[in-house]
Amino acid sequence: MSETGIGASVKRKEDKRFLTGQGNYLHDIERPNQSYAYILRSPMAHAKINGIDTAAAAAAPGVLAVFTGADTAELGGIPCGWGVNNKDGSPMAEPKHPMLAEGKVRHVGDQVAVVIAETYEQAKDAAELIDVDYEELPAVVDMVKAISGDGPLVHDEAADNLCYDWELGDEAEVNQAFDGAAHVVSIDVTNNRLVPNAMEPRAAIGEYDKATGEYTLYTTSQNPHVIRLLMGAFVLGLPEHKLRVVAPDVGGGFGSKIYHYAEEAIVTWAAPKVGRPIKWVAERTESFMSDAHGRDHITHADLALDAEGKFLGLKVYTKANMGAYLSTFSTCVPTYLHSTLLAGVYTTPKIYSEVKAIFTNTVPVDAYRGAGRPEATYLLERLVSKAAWELGIDQVEIRRKNFIPKDAFPYQTPVALQYDSGDYDATLDKALELADYAGFPARKAEAAQRGKLRGIGFSTYVEACGIAPSAVVGSLGARAGLFESANVRVHPTGSVSIFTGSHSHGQGHETTFAQLVSETLGIPLDNIDIVHGDTNKVAFGMGTYGSRSLAVGGEAIMKALGKVTDKAKKIAAHIMEASEADIEFKDGKFTVAGTDKEMAFGEIALAAYVPHNFPHDQLEPGLEEQAFYDPMNFTYPGGCHICEVEVDPDTGVVEVVGMTAVDDVGRVINPMIVEGQIHGGLAQGIGQALLEACVYDEDGQLVTGSYMDYCMPRADDLPDFKAATTETLCAHNSLGVKGCGEVGAIGSPPSVINAVLDALRDRGVSDIAMPATPQAVWKALKAAETPMAAE
Amino acid sequence: MHDFQYHKPSSVADAVAALGSGEDATLVAGGMTLIPTLKQRLAAPSDLVDLSGVADLVGVRDKGDHVEIGAMTTHAAVAASPDVPGCLAELAGNIGDAQVRNRGTIGGSVANNDPTACYPSACLALNATIVTNSREIAADDYFTGMFETALEEGEIITAIRFPKPEAGKYMKFENPASRYALVGVFVAKTGGQVRVAVTGAGQDGVFRATDIESALSSNFSPDAVDSSTIDVDGLNGDIHASAEYRQHLIGVMAKRAVAACA
Repeated sequence: MSETGIGASVKRKEDKRFLTGQGNYLHDIERPNQSYAYILRSPMAHAKINGIDTAAAAAAPGVLAVFTGADTAELGGIPCGWGVNNKDGSPMAEPKHPMLAEGKVRHVGDQVAVVIAETYEQAKDAAELIDVDYEELPAVVDMVKAISGDGPLVHDEAADNLCYDWELGDEAEVNQAFDGAAHVVSIDVTNNRLVPNAMEPRAAIGEYDKATGEYTLYTTSQNPHVIRLLMGAFVLGLPEHKLRVVAPDVGGGFGSKIYHYAEEAIVTWAAPKVGRPIKWVAERTESFMSDAHGRDHITHADLALDAEGKFLGLKVYTKANMGAYLSTFSTCVPTYLHSTLLAGVYTTPKIYSEVKAIFTNTVPVDAYRGAGRPEATYLLERLVSKAAWELGIDQVEIRRKNFIPKDAFPYQTPVALQYDSGDYDATLDKALELADYAGFPARKAEAAQRGKLRGIGFSTYVEACGIAPSAVVGSLGARAGLFESANVRVHPTGSVSIFTGSHSHGQGHETTFAQLVSETLGIPLDNIDIVHGDTNKVAFGMGTYGSRSLAVGGEAIMKALGKVTDKAKKIAAHIMEASEADIEFKDGKFTVAGTDKEMAFGEIALAAYVPHNFPHDQLEPGLEEQAFYDPMNFTYPGGCHICEVEVDPDTGVVEVVGMTAVDDVGRVINPMIVEGQIHGGLAQGIGQALLEACVYDEDGQLVTGSYMDYCMPRADDLPDFKAATTETLCAHNSLGVKGCGEVGAIGSPPSVINAVLDALRDRGVSDIAMPATPQAVWKALKAAETPMAAE
Repeated sequence: MHDFQYHKPSSVADAVAALGSGEDATLVAGGMTLIPTLKQRLAAPSDLVDLSGVADLVGVRDKGDHVEIGAMTTHAAVAASPDVPGCLAELAGNIGDAQVRNRGTIGGSVANNDPTACYPSACLALNATIVTNSREIAADDYFTGMFETALEEGEIITAIRFPKPEAGKYMKFENPASRYALVGVFVAKTGGQVRVAVTGAGQDGVFRATDIESALSSNFSPDAVDSSTIDVDGLNGDIHASAEYRQHLIGVMAKRAVAACA
């Protein structure tokens, strides 16, 4: 292994600029003659707009323009990127998501008007002068009430607030599996709504060049080309060659910066109208009420087992909150990213899943770190642990008994996916050892002496990432392809620029991708630049989400590098007067087998650009190659998370005292970066399990609209993690990589809740919802003590 | 933030004069509450009178049987002072985070009387005296409701005097999100008298738990807390804690405070 190649824990190249304040984030960008936008948002969850008087605001100091929905009604709505059909084959309800509210507001934070002024403060001052005549309507927040038939309608065109009623599998066939079952274990779970809370708030600058007719949008995006396509083609009607989208350094996304947001379209559309660049930066309060939220499922599930505890069948009924409008990928999260994972790591032969997607007067919900797979994993692993407790089977035993064996791959699940590789016993074994499972009874006894209830919880999971084979997702309703592009530009003296359609917003691509190049071309990291995030530089790109950057974007880079080395070998053969078959390339040197002839990579690069002695009859000069890569399948990381908690029965406080994560993410390129990704995912998983909850009141007001009430995980909420990896290689990509960005957040939440329940079981507690806050634990304990009083 | 006139007087007298000059002037001490409020446009004073230039208001003075803390003394300075009773220094050292402790002041906190702040419980439990530019106010007479105090217009806290207790302990159960006190209980024994003050829990802000006080007066032990009652009426309920949960936590925190005093 080279010090800078595959498998090396190279320190992140990008950290020097980030840690010394030299990052180029959106708010760092100042365009000449820039103006500022402030978005006036709805204070109400649901209201008719009878009129908007903007005259006073338009006349206020510094104001350049004020726009409302009346000005943008002719433009397209913010599009949804994935169509899902109902059980009967009819398409989902897809009401317009206007850039600025048209006649009605549908959630607190819905954008009503934009004020553009010389300064941000002037825009904000003027917005206070806008008089909106709201006629408040009853709001609906609760999903069950929304589809009850007598709830208020969020959209007139979505009857009963239903977006779609979808299914996967044959319910009657699964019912037959239940008929012969020795046991049926049922569970009701809620997957709590989360606010993504990227460190950098969303922001955008729109700009128009009168001379060239070109628009430029700078935006905090995980996928600038996708934004160009969605906004250009569907909202504003701008052709790609006249629209440049730049996503510079971006401070975290977790999914929330995948989507096309109204503010991007507003500043781009308005820029030529005011004749100035327009900057908009969200305040944190706006982030809470306008960034797409995550999760928010209510699920009932039944698991059929035989007398020995083998799973026979699974039925899952889910209600998924879409919020007030369909965000870009909202519709595929509870269906194709959730129901297709319900086999988990188990051989359950028959599975049925029904999903009702529901409109409510809340912020739109979309993918958030894990997207659908955390919801599937949480449900399954809670249910498996509950089955073990009810049937008196050991938590480890029930899992092993039902694992897909390692010699069964490729394994076709009953829910559409075919897993290519995995070894679930290996991750479990390693986790049991790292977590010292054998020593748990002694630790529990010791904790009891201190008055603490100690519990241990398991989660063995698989997820599908490396999103995704275009033909497959296309057949399932995706309105885009999910390949990736890469361009390798070798400069005349041998340094290399890589143009990738992946986008780094914290993942460390500038290092990991450079390691791929260093390994392949044998050149130092300092000679390699990774360029991303600009549609005028990168040919095309589908961006970063679904743990796809390495498995799809990295593969595209490998493919382009392969083309470069193929061509370089031909050049080397010509210059060294040898047969191409005799040319070997290793450690950056081309050699002729059996001779001492050699040429460095840089010499070949120079020969390509100064082609005096060059095989002009076979090759074109230059050394630059483009590749597109479309994966054959998803990739399937999996693993075992074991959580240990101590509960203070007097206060209900849960302390995470141990968190072990053993994940099989395929080949590891940079172990340090992988461990960092897993740590971050675990922090968010523990956050969801114990701390984070987005709460609305009955009127649709956002109760947790700031950090005073929305509880983010902090360092002192977390233990020292024990994180390790095992390795089975992905069978369908050249690197053998699977993806590591989301596994921490996918696998961990059920391990935490199962640990809490294990701690509380002796006190008669059998269920608790996320987040298991001190109050929730105290209430559960109290209800178990006095069952009558609880009812 | 709306525009305002900024004043930075160097004496209390000048501060009083500046306060009277604007139609809606307000004082700013550390600004840990006021500045975020201004930024969110929830307050729009005409004038801001910054007390950070009044040197007389800073410092801890040991006065034998009590300690006098200048109103503009930061939480960090109180936490680090060897002259401050340990239970009070510990309370100061656990307010907010390092940035807040280096900016926030005892006078600002006591003047604001946030129902979830820590200092008000110390004032009540230690039977402190709030010293202003015009008078001295006993803590029992000072806290008059949520964000309400006995301070009159133009009145400025200059110092707070804390008698030195024989024993004392503040136990805070933090709101998981904000880390303010969801329930904070300060138990102190001073001159043979037991006082117990509760912050974070009351609808009217900080209050004395008199039933716990009398139980502890006859038997200063954790078990004595069990025999006392805490009325659930008048306690706050929100998404983090119902009134019943706060009622329960008052008992748990009080017992832990007494145990720590022993």
